[in-house]
Amino acid sequence: MTPHVLTRSLDRSATIFILIVAGLGVLIPLSNLLLPAGSALQVPTYLVALFGKYACYAILALSIDLIWGYCGILSLGHGAFFALGGYAMGMYLMRQIGSRGVYGNPILPDFMVFLNYPKLPWYWHGFDMFWFAALMVLLVPGLLAFCFGWLAFRSRVTGVYLSIITQAMTYALLLAFFRNDFGFGGNNGLTDFKDILGFNVQADGTRAALFALSCLALILTFLICRAVVTSKLGKVLIAIRDAESRTRFLGYRVESYKLFVFTLSACMAGVAGALYVPQVGIINPSEFAPGNSIEAVIWVAVGGRGTLVGAALGAVVVNYAKTFFTSGPLAPYWLFMLGALFILVTLLLPKGIIGTFNAWRESRKATEAANAESAALEDGVGEPKPAE
Amino acid sequence: MSANFLDRFRAVLLAILLAACFAVPALAGPFEDAVAKFANDDFSDTDEAIGAVATSGNPLAFPIISALQDGRLSADPDTKQVFVTGADGKIIDAATGAAVDKLPDNAAAVRLNNRLRRAVEAALGGLTLLSPDPAKRIAAAQSVFKSHDENALPVIDGALAKETNKAVKAAFAEARAAILLYKSDATELEKLEAVAVIKARGDQEALALLTGLGSDVPPNVARIAASAIASIQSDLQMWSMVQNAWYGLSLGSVLLLAAIGLAITFGVMGVINMAHGEMVMIGAYTTFVVQEVIRTRYPDLFDYSLLIAVPLAFLVAGAIGVLIERGIIRFLYGRPLETLLATWGLSLVLQQAVRTMFGPTNREVGNPSWMSGAFELGQITITYNRLWILCFTLAVFVILLAMLRYTALGLEMRAVTQNRRMAASMGIATSRVDALTFGLGSGIAGIAGVALSQIDNVSPNLGQSYIIDSFMVVVFGGVGNLWGTLVGAFTLGIANKFLEPVAGAVLGKIAILVLIILFIQKRPRGLFALKGRAVEA
Repeated sequence: MTPHVLTRSLDRSATIFILIVAGLGVLIPLSNLLLPAGSALQVPTYLVALFGKYACYAILALSIDLIWGYCGILSLGHGAFFALGGYAMGMYLMRQIGSRGVYGNPILPDFMVFLNYPKLPWYWHGFDMFWFAALMVLLVPGLLAFCFGWLAFRSRVTGVYLSIITQAMTYALLLAFFRNDFGFGGNNGLTDFKDILGFNVQADGTRAALFALSCLALILTFLICRAVVTSKLGKVLIAIRDAESRTRFLGYRVESYKLFVFTLSACMAGVAGALYVPQVGIINPSEFAPGNSIEAVIWVAVGGRGTLVGAALGAVVVNYAKTFFTSGPLAPYWLFMLGALFILVTLLLPKGIIGTFNAWRESRKATEAANAESAALEDGVGEPKPAE
Repeated sequence: MSANFLDRFRAVLLAILLAACFAVPALAGPFEDAVAKFANDDFSDTDEAIGAVATSGNPLAFPIISALQDGRLSADPDTKQVFVTGADGKIIDAATGAAVDKLPDNAAAVRLNNRLRRAVEAALGGLTLLSPDPAKRIAAAQSVFKSHDENALPVIDGALAKETNKAVKAAFAEARAAILLYKSDATELEKLEAVAVIKARGDQEALALLTGLGSDVPPNVARIAASAIASIQSDLQMWSMVQNAWYGLSLGSVLLLAAIGLAITFGVMGVINMAHGEMVMIGAYTTFVVQEVIRTRYPDLFDYSLLIAVPLAFLVAGAIGVLIERGIIRFLYGRPLETLLATWGLSLVLQQAVRTMFGPTNREVGNPSWMSGAFELGQITITYNRLWILCFTLAVFVILLAMLRYTALGLEMRAVTQNRRMAASMGIATSRVDALTFGLGSGIAGIAGVALSQIDNVSPNLGQSYIIDSFMVVVFGGVGNLWGTLVGAFTLGIANKFLEPVAGAVLGKIAILVLIILFIQKRPRGLFALKGRAVEA
């Protein structure tokens, strides 16, 4: 990344966003670890884990905004990539338990002992090494997205058709991961983690570090997305979003562009999932539920699609609302709220929070300019322009 | 009605018989003498007693012999009184049937040896073989068929001679054949005839019987048995194909029913309605409410509950559909992805609303009498509810097709979907047609809910389990083509049921999803795509 790319990709709101995330990423862990417990400014550990979760959701939202907001691909199966990244990390964490499990088997995770596995399935090999697991976090969702996208985009499956088959994909994975003989713990998934890279996952320090890492990953993902969308490639993506056939007729290989951005986005979702799992302490097949993927899309819609900052903001706002409502007496009404959010945002706020704010600011600028012009007119400095 | 009457008649008869027994305890007849022999504690006396009691025709015979088998028959050697301790702990006098408070102190269980145990079993088999209830006689014959116990042969022969009921007679003949086939001293001719009878039966048990035949049979019999086994196996395979095909048709009809409304809203209008499954759910809950009202107010009308629920569900779901179209969807025409999100949100709201009103658990919707039960067709069982749903689905399909083809509204619908602006120029109120089309699609989903309430759990999540399948059917069959939906639904249903025995239920479903995903790559517009020259459909 040359300085040129960096300066071009950072406008004012992007800079503000990065500064805020970086600030939170430093201040929250510091306050959690250094200030005494009970102090007014100390952030309790459960909040650190919660904010870490939000950061992961924000990364997922960025990955969806990259393809939906800039390339017009509405994936209703991005939760699948998120969950696959999570499972890759979960497998590493399971292998780290070693002989501390309930059955004390040094190689096999507890659920395999319970289900009478004679030996480790072949696809579990290598996950005892962190670098391998980290590679798989990127590779598995990326490869799936590449194969899926290669088939779909090449045969020009677009629009709602693509949305529906991505939903079918995550549904198929949901069914598969629910099976006990699939080798990923079935219904219960992977849980009861102990260590990550030798640090206890429950410890305050580890949680704070994971939160800081999530913020770092959020910033990096944001920078990559900005770099992509502000480059020439990004212009082609926007062209594909607005007029796919026209772009194709202009000589661009539309499917290659879509495939690249879809795969990149899946890798980002995988990273989000991988950071999510150690912070919540469990990964199970319900992460593949089609509802989760659609909910992630609504975060982007709330924040404003095609704005990146808005996607991250939407993820945090909607999830904060979810935490707030589902933990209080209003819990039975949360689904009403969420459903209404889907309807109202699409009907009344199609540009989302950030998009509407930007439009409002621009219209104000325009009126200011017009006011200035009319003021100038009154002074008799210039002639009015003829109407076009 | 007549079955009810017969039951009552039989109960009355039994009561009279029992009363007769209670009324004449003092008269010592051959039955009482036979019962008293149990008290002698002598194996040959017990044997005689078993024979005499079993052939006495006394209603106490069955309880006595089965008590003997379970060691619940006890006797007082001094008074020669015999007692039956029921499985529920109640004690009766075996000879009279009168209730007794407690056993005498010196009463001891009547002992059995292996020879007597066989006699008891044969007597019990014989008792049920001679039962007045044909269903019990058939069940007894089936158990003899499975056990092929030689001791039952004389009883079977006797019963066969007296039997007049055709079905029971066939069952007796099969049981007799099974005994003869395994009887070491039966003639070769008898065994050959037995093989023929068992082959004619041709089910899994006949197969087990023939394959279990040892090597000590005459070579002729072994040869014929081997060919019978081969023919039964090929027959069974054919029947299992027929069974899979039937299950497939049944699943296909359910899929078609769920998808047919979607074929209108998505296929014809191009509106992607993720709340379609909730329309199905609302139809099912309408059925529930109708049945509740009928149950509490007009219990006699229960058999007609579905006939009442069908139009009501159509109206309720259709009205909600029109509201949705007017309130939400009409603002989103031309923005399919936004429509998808808004209707998903709507589905969440509807689910939660139903959950709040009716509770999160399954509600019970009953089957009317004409929909419960099953009949046998060859080796497969066909349940009436599945059969009715298949017929109902086809009827809905035909009516819908006719409606689109022959009514004014159908004509307007087709005109608007083909060329909206042209239709508007011809004076068609396009927005009214939009609302009615969406209402029609939703109403049909409601009707589907009535049918699905008969075979699925009525819960707030009912619709969700169908939405992905329905979309698969519509996309697979080809958008904008009702025939495509029909073919798509039945193809997917049958493919699913033929994959299930090979791959298992879940893997079969996954395989189908993967196949559809691959199929869409090959033919992005579905099986029966509308031909056109547009770059983007």
